[in-house]
Parts: sequence; C-alpha cells; structure tokens
Amino acid sequence: MSVSVPMIRQTAGPAAARAAGRKRGIGGPNRRPGWVSYTLLGLVIALSFYPIYYSFLLASSDSATIAQNPVPSLIPGPHFFDNIGRVVGADIKFWEAVGNSVIVSVVTAASVVFFSTLAGFAFARLHFRGRRQLLVFIIATMAVPAQLGVVPLFIVMSKLEWTGKLIGVIVPGMVTAFGVFWMTQYLESALPHELIEAARVDGCSMMQTFWHVAAPAARPAAAMLALFTFVSSWTNFFWPFIVLGSSNPTLPVALQLLQASYFKDYALIMAGVVIATVPLLVLFVVAGRHLVSGIMQGAVKG
Amino acid sequence: MAVTPAPAPPTSAARTSTPPPPQRRSFRDLRGKLDVKLSPYLYISPFFIVFAVVGLFPLAYTAFVSVHEWHLIGGQGEFVGLGNFIDVIQQPTFATALRNTFSIFLLSSVPQVIAAIIIAAVLDANLRARTFWRMGVLLPYVVMPVAAALIFSRLFADDAGLVNTLLGGIGIDPIRWHADVIPSHVAIATMVNFRWTGYNALIFLAAMQAIPRDLYEAAVLDGASRVRQFLSITVPMLRPTIIFVVITSTIGGLQIFDEPRMFDQFGRGGSDKQWMTVTLFLYDLGWGAQKSFGRAAAVAWLLFLIIVVIGLLNFALTRRIASAGTALETKKRRRPGARSNGGAR
Repeated sequence: MSVSVPMIRQTAGPAAARAAGRKRGIGGPNRRPGWVSYTLLGLVIALSFYPIYYSFLLASSDSATIAQNPVPSLIPGPHFFDNIGRVVGADIKFWEAVGNSVIVSVVTAASVVFFSTLAGFAFARLHFRGRRQLLVFIIATMAVPAQLGVVPLFIVMSKLEWTGKLIGVIVPGMVTAFGVFWMTQYLESALPHELIEAARVDGCSMMQTFWHVAAPAARPAAAMLALFTFVSSWTNFFWPFIVLGSSNPTLPVALQLLQASYFKDYALIMAGVVIATVPLLVLFVVAGRHLVSGIMQGAVKG
Repeated sequence: MAVTPAPAPPTSAARTSTPPPPQRRSFRDLRGKLDVKLSPYLYISPFFIVFAVVGLFPLAYTAFVSVHEWHLIGGQGEFVGLGNFIDVIQQPTFATALRNTFSIFLLSSVPQVIAAIIIAAVLDANLRARTFWRMGVLLPYVVMPVAAALIFSRLFADDAGLVNTLLGGIGIDPIRWHADVIPSHVAIATMVNFRWTGYNALIFLAAMQAIPRDLYEAAVLDGASRVRQFLSITVPMLRPTIIFVVITSTIGGLQIFDEPRMFDQFGRGGSDKQWMTVTLFLYDLGWGAQKSFGRAAAVAWLLFLIIVVIGLLNFALTRRIASAGTALETKKRRRPGARSNGGAR
C-alpha cells in the first residue's frame, strides 16, 4: 500500500512530499503545476489581452495602413492622439458621454451601496414580521428578466419626461436584488449581535445604530459591491440606448453613434473604444484583485 | 428600551429617584417602539419601491400593452386581443430570431462552461504569481460588450479580417463571418465567451477550492489518474455551481442584445436577418420602422414565457444529471471513509 502525501511530509519533509505529489498527480493547491499549466494559462491570457491591445493598435493607426494589413504590426502607430482628437471633435457629444458615464456610474454605485447596506442590515440583524419571506422574494426577483419590461418602462419614462435625461438611467438602477442579497450575506457573518445591543443600550436610535455600527462593519463588502455596480453600470447599453437616445449619450451609446456615422473609419471607432475602455482598465489595475475575490466569495456563498 | 435598574451610587440616587414627567416618558417609549417596529420596513422599502416601479409593474403592464394597438408616439389605441401575438408569430422574422437566439446561446454557453471549468482546474493549483493569473483571466470582464462587439466585428471581418487571414495562413478558405448564418453566430458567441469565460472560471475555481482535499488523496491511493480525478470528483462536486452558472447564463443569454446590435453599423440583424435575435426584434418592432409598442410587448411576453420554460427545463435536466452524479459521488465518498478507518493517516 502506498503512503499518502501528508505522511511523506511528516517523515521526509515538504520537498519530498511535493515530489511525491507531482509523481502521483494529486489535485488541489498542493500540486506544483508543470509547464503545461503555465502554457495553457499564458495562452488564455494572451487571448484575453490581444483583442484589447488590437483596439489600441488600430486606434494608433490610419485607414490606409489598416486596409493594407489585416494583421496589424504589434508596434503601435503614430496616430493615436490624432485619432483621439478626431473622436472628441466628431459631431457626437463624446466628451459629454464620458461625463455622463462617470455621473451615472458613480451615482448608481453610491445609491446601490447605500440602499443595499441599509436593507442588508435590516435583513441580517433586525427582527420583523415576514423577514424570511421577504428575503426569499428578493432573491427570487433575481431570476426575473426585467429587461423585458422595457416597453412600459419607456412609456412611464416618457410620461415623467425623463427620456433623454440621466435620471431615466439612474433611477431604475438605484437598488438591486443582488446588492441586498450580497450585503445581507456579509452582515450576517460580520456584524456581531452584541455590538448592536450595546449601541441600543447606549440609547442609539435604529438609524444611529446603522450609521455607527453596521455601516463600518459593512465596509469591505460595500467596497466590492460598489466596484461591481460601477463596472456593470459603465458597460450597460440596452436601457441607456433606449431611454437616452443620441441627444445625451453615455459611452456605450456614443460608441454606437460613432459606429453608425463613421463605420468605415476603423481608426476613429477604435479610438472611441479605447476611450471607453481605459477608465475600467485603470480601475482593474488598481482594484482587480478585489474583483477577483469578490467573484470568488460570491460564488461560494451564492 | 429596557433600562436596567442598577444600584446607583448614593449621590446620584437623589436625582434619579424623582420620576421623569410621565407624559414625556411615554412619548419617548412610543417613539422608541415605533423606531424598532418600523425601521426594518423603512430600510428594506427602497428595494421594493424600485422593483415595483421598474420591475413588477412594467412586466404586468407589458401584458396590457400587448393586447392593444399602441404606437410609440400616438400611444394607446384599440383593444386587439391576441392580434399582436398572432401578427408577431406569423412574421417569419420571429422564427428566425428565435432560431438565432438559441443558436447563439448554445454556441456561447456550452463551450464557455466547459472552457471555464478547465481553466479553473488549471488555476486550482499552487501556481507562482497566483493573483496575476487570476486577474489575467478576468481582464476581459471590464471591456464593455459594445466595445467587444466593435473589436470582434473587425477581427471577424469578411474580407481582410484578422481571423480570415490567419485561417488563410493554414490553408482554410475565407469564412463569410457576417454574410452566413452559423459563422455570424460563432462570431457573436465569441464576443460573449470573451467577456464571461474568465469570470465563470473564477466562480468554478472558488467552488473547486471548497471540495474536501482528502477526496483527492483517497482517489490517488486508489490509483486514479489526474483526468479520472477531475471527471469523478471535481465535476460531480461542482454540480450546484454548474446549475447556478447555467441558469444565470440562460436568463442573460436569451435576452442577448448588445453584441448582435453592434455586429454591423445598421443593427438590424444583418441583410437576411441572419443574426437577428429576439430582443433585437423587440427593439426593431418598438423603436425601429414599425414603432408598434403593442407588438414589441407581445414579443417581450413570448420571450418571458420562453425563458421561464427553458429555466424549468434546465432545472429539471441539471437535476437529472445531478442525481446521476450523486450516485457516483457517494460511491467515491464511501471509499475514502472506509480507508481512513484503516488508519492511513
């Protein structure tokens, strides 16, 4: 009978255990992967990265060069800033679109975080009739394809005269079922009952308890929720496209307008793509690891 | 609020012994009680208000709109019963859109789930620079679908596109990625896969890390190869996660809009509707040439029903596969139990 890896580690040290593990091909975190793994991952990352870099290559080139070389040279061309200038100067309100996207994404993220934390606090730590059922209801709404309500939603927005205005995009996204669920999950594990009781005994009102006890405890999960909400609101196209139209676009809508008017001018279109993508790439460099752990935590709990 | 009657020090006893004015006290009590009773409902109400206004009401009202003549600008017209539904179903575009939607959905979800599980399995190891690799596979997630569509529609250009040039390099004739039905679906599915494969891989990775490691050790003792371990332990143990990913990607995938809308500059699903999807059709009916909200609403309801049916089918199917997996899994699990009694550890 063969011996197990932990046993080898005990008797012959970790190096021997690793060697044995490799030979026997044990799965999991103790496995030291070989070159096959790294090659595969390298390939995946190249495939993830190349299309983004490709948009930059085209954005720094010009139409003649693009037409001649279907496979662009890996070295960027000299026209990047010309093309950016042309995008901003095009008769699409591209600069305004950048501003609009920033406003919509920041306000939506802040609002989702605030209302979800508030609701998460109530669901995780307060006692009230119907708590379970209401939470189950909220989770169930995540499966409702709400996008299919666009027609009446548009009618409502026209009645309110919110079409063409940012508020028409912001209000429908103010709070999400996912946000409430996420914060409830987190606060259930991160907010001790004793802390709330202590605050109550000290005479805090409910709102003060939320503000001084629950909100600080919720901070890590709230930051992740803010990140994900920001990304999804920045990349959102369908509803802004319908409700905003060409008069007051966000970035995805502006890209559509750019494509519609300049579809032959790939250098120009790709310059627009770069402008729309770079802010999230910066965010990714700064906070990508939090996105990674957010997805992984959400998966375990969800 | 409960105030605990603690033995007070003598000096303050004199002060506290005078009872506060009864009226004020009861008012404070009442306010405190109301605070406790009402606050929770107040805190959860924003979700319900927003959901009622932008989720529930529109879905219900869609039914009302769908049985009326309704023009984008003219507004509500006559009651037409099922007229809009009949009209829509009789349009050949509807059948085409349905076919395209399912085809794109299958081409994006099946390879994506398989690739994501494989990538996760590779990531689930003691890698050097682990965070780098994990972030690397997630990178496309920050590219908006509209931008991805613009990039890929160029990569998949019919003539002088990068993909066709590369294929030409290995002796394959140029594929008409925009003009033909299935190639256009492959191109659009590639955009979806580009953005979501890494994301789903991280979900699977998290689930893999929750699998008890002694299962693998036991399998090794039984002489299982790494591929066998993957098929007999990893995949069955991932079952709930696979169900989760499949169901979420069904709900999203059947509503696909951004990528097909941006695949060419016209956004009407191609010259022969070769990549027209149901949501694109919905948009075209409501805001395109016809401006018929009644018909658009009918399509919305039909798609809603389809998603519900597919969702239930999905659930039943994955449960079926799941229970087959369970049998395998319990068999596996019983073995390590027997072994560890033998004292291998």
